Amino acid sequence: MQARSHKDSQVRNDFVIRIGGDTAIGGVISTGENFTTAAARLGFQVFTFRSYPAEIKGGHAWFQVRISNRPVLSTGDGVDILVAFDQEAYERHCGELREGSVIIYDSDLVQVDDGRFIRYGVPFQRIARQELNFARGTNVLVLGLMAGLFGLPLDCLQDLVRLRYKRRAELVEKNLEALAYGFDYTKKIRKEDKYYLGTSDHVSRLIMSGNDAIVAGALYAGCRFFAGYPITPASDILESMARELPRLGGICLQAEDEMAAIASCIGASYGGTKAMTATSGPGFSLMIELLGLASMTELPLVLVDAQRSGPSTGMPTKLEQADLFQALYGGHGDFPRIVLAPASVEDCLYRAVHAFNLAEKYQMPVIVLSDQSLSHRTQTIDMPNLSRLPVVNRLQPGDGASEEYARYALSDTGVSPVALPGVHVHTYVAPGLEHDERGHPNQSPQVHEAMTEKRFLKLSSAAADTDSPDWAPRYGHPKAQVGVIGWGASEGAIREAVERATAKGYKVAALHPRILNPLPQAQIREFAASVKRVLVPEVNYQGQFAHHLAASLGISPVRFNKIGGLPFTPAEILGKIEEVASHV
Amino acid sequence: MSDHPRSTAGGTRTRVAPRPEVVRTAKDYKGEVKPVWCPGCGDFGVLSAVTKALAALQVKPYEVVIVSGIGCSSRMPYFMSTYGLHGVHGRAIPLASGLKLSRPDLTVFAMGGDGDLMSIGAGHLPHVAARNIDITCVMMDNQVYGLTKGQGSPTSPMGHLSKSTPYGMIAKPAKPVLLALTYGATFVARGYSAQPNELSELIVEAVQHKGFSFIQVQSPCTEFYNTYDQYDSLVTDLPEDWDRSDLRAAIDLALTEDKVHLGVFFEEERPVYEIEARKFEEEVQPFDLTSYLRRFA
Repeated sequence: MQARSHKDSQVRNDFVIRIGGDTAIGGVISTGENFTTAAARLGFQVFTFRSYPAEIKGGHAWFQVRISNRPVLSTGDGVDILVAFDQEAYERHCGELREGSVIIYDSDLVQVDDGRFIRYGVPFQRIARQELNFARGTNVLVLGLMAGLFGLPLDCLQDLVRLRYKRRAELVEKNLEALAYGFDYTKKIRKEDKYYLGTSDHVSRLIMSGNDAIVAGALYAGCRFFAGYPITPASDILESMARELPRLGGICLQAEDEMAAIASCIGASYGGTKAMTATSGPGFSLMIELLGLASMTELPLVLVDAQRSGPSTGMPTKLEQADLFQALYGGHGDFPRIVLAPASVEDCLYRAVHAFNLAEKYQMPVIVLSDQSLSHRTQTIDMPNLSRLPVVNRLQPGDGASEEYARYALSDTGVSPVALPGVHVHTYVAPGLEHDERGHPNQSPQVHEAMTEKRFLKLSSAAADTDSPDWAPRYGHPKAQVGVIGWGASEGAIREAVERATAKGYKVAALHPRILNPLPQAQIREFAASVKRVLVPEVNYQGQFAHHLAASLGISPVRFNKIGGLPFTPAEILGKIEEVASHV
Repeated sequence: MSDHPRSTAGGTRTRVAPRPEVVRTAKDYKGEVKPVWCPGCGDFGVLSAVTKALAALQVKPYEVVIVSGIGCSSRMPYFMSTYGLHGVHGRAIPLASGLKLSRPDLTVFAMGGDGDLMSIGAGHLPHVAARNIDITCVMMDNQVYGLTKGQGSPTSPMGHLSKSTPYGMIAKPAKPVLLALTYGATFVARGYSAQPNELSELIVEAVQHKGFSFIQVQSPCTEFYNTYDQYDSLVTDLPEDWDRSDLRAAIDLALTEDKVHLGVFFEEERPVYEIEARKFEEEVQPFDLTSYLRRFA
């Protein structure tokens, strides 16, 4: 029982496991997923990241999970434990291992030549074929090994295996056998590492992805129409909607292209149904003309852009925060749109609800900028408390048939009541053409000016609603010298870097706006004025958010740009904070 | 062509008995905005036919939505008293689809020209036909880009001379009726704007048809491609005993080039998308977030 007798004070219970191998082996990703789910069910907190080839079959895939008995904010730094199914996995990832890191590998296939690592070689495939007579059981065998080595109880994994193969009874027994074999095999291994999960708080949490959370929030907010076209990494939103909406009285349409997807949503919104589409960069580009139509006709619409590396087809399965310019400025003509950027899986759920509320209240498109790392990572989150989040519906005209109705009536907030076909007798045309208050085409200079101002007035009204600490939370040192302003999915890495920098004695704080248009200007100005230097880390080349801050508020931050398709690690941001702090 | 019979009032040859309480006339479906079309434009005839058809159907104006794209013909919604959605170029069909899918109670039209529906938005036609969404698509075909002042279009004939085809159109013209038939539209017809009464009957039938209806309307452009004389001599009614359930015969007829047949080429019953997509309607539950999230526990 070497594997479970290790209980000295050096035990590490916050660690990163990475699993890599060719997808042709089968189950590389699912090994990681099963381990993660089992840990989360036991009350551990998890944060996963995956990278997979753009090809369907074959190619290197990897999955990583950080597990802790405390809240996990980021992917962490480097790799503590590597599970290598093949030589490529070892060679690709060994650079991120450290002195004392563990490598578990298929001893028939992988040559480990570095003595700094603790090595557990097991002939995965040979055991599966020869001992178990079940070649496809390799991944479950490895799952058993991992459970035995790092302290997950066998029964929890047995439940998962039963669940996973419940429709294929003949596979359940074989997999349970493989699992037990792997688990028992660790009794023969002399455990030399210090990684062991120990006990958790046993609080029951949810484990979900950013895309899962967006769907849950959208359904809660009342989304009953979805149209989308398959595109990585947004397709699983379409799939979830296709499964859920029919049972909620809604409609999900797999459209023939992205123009049709967003157009269908605009049509549904015209009829009074809350509608959403989800896409990634290439599809977002195709939708832009219709985004302008939604803004011109003042129809509520939610568009999720799960950003991936571009331009063009780019790197479809890798992340980038490089669609911000397009979200903020894309399209011809002057038109308002609201841009939100959820900061974590949990925030995806809340932000999706806000997106619908803002779209309904201000009758304009709301873009939710997620990214590949957020779409597909899973995180443990607490059961959401939505009691503070009311659901908002668009302003509609009164019932009086005789009252004078002008769909685009000018008002103090810019918002005017929307009549619905079949519901209100006040017929009107939602016009792509410039129009007067009744919606009739009118191209006089006075009308174009008044209507442009009306449309943008709604954005100012939305700004008054959202320029608050709720929308741009600040944390860190109250008298910070270095201030980090980030956006989107890098919040966790930034937060962790700020915590570590603070522990090292740096005076550093961070602000992480969840709304990028309209900017929470007062929050950002106050924050920027309170620090000596502002640092803006973002995963793009052009420094799109830094540019937006400079253009909108005259702030000229230190830019810290990462490209390459992977998210920031806390260590990278910490290093930059230290560098900036040394020049303050 | 100033002596040609244009759309005129009257023409109530319809199978639908008016309801006794409020009798609406075609005029009740015309809007406050006066059409901006050129004198003699075929689209006047279409406007007249649509309003007559709605009067025959006695549908309430606020339960009708005219969705359109961009082009002369796509201005239609502004000239009516119904609801309307004037979209962007080529997207009338998906805009109308989203509306009809989410609000099957409404009477929804998708209207546009040959540029809108045969060129920039042609990719939507196969899909809406295959899905069989219950909208009525009226394509006003003037075989030219009128709003942009006369360029050749996908339905312009070979050799057609225009400002964008100064040496003659090189492409073969699209055959909208043939395409609609092969795409699986469940109601396919052709009308002529100079015969608004007959056209209004086609529209009544199309609206009553359960599923996707496609009507190609020859609607000449007096300004850039005046084809009234040509169509007056080419149009002919479908044979008296035409069997509208015979798809192969309809396809054969749609291939004909020496005559332009008017009438209902084809009609069939097929499951309608927005009804099929509501198969759980009986058991619809309100969304409960807490129970939804249990699957992630």
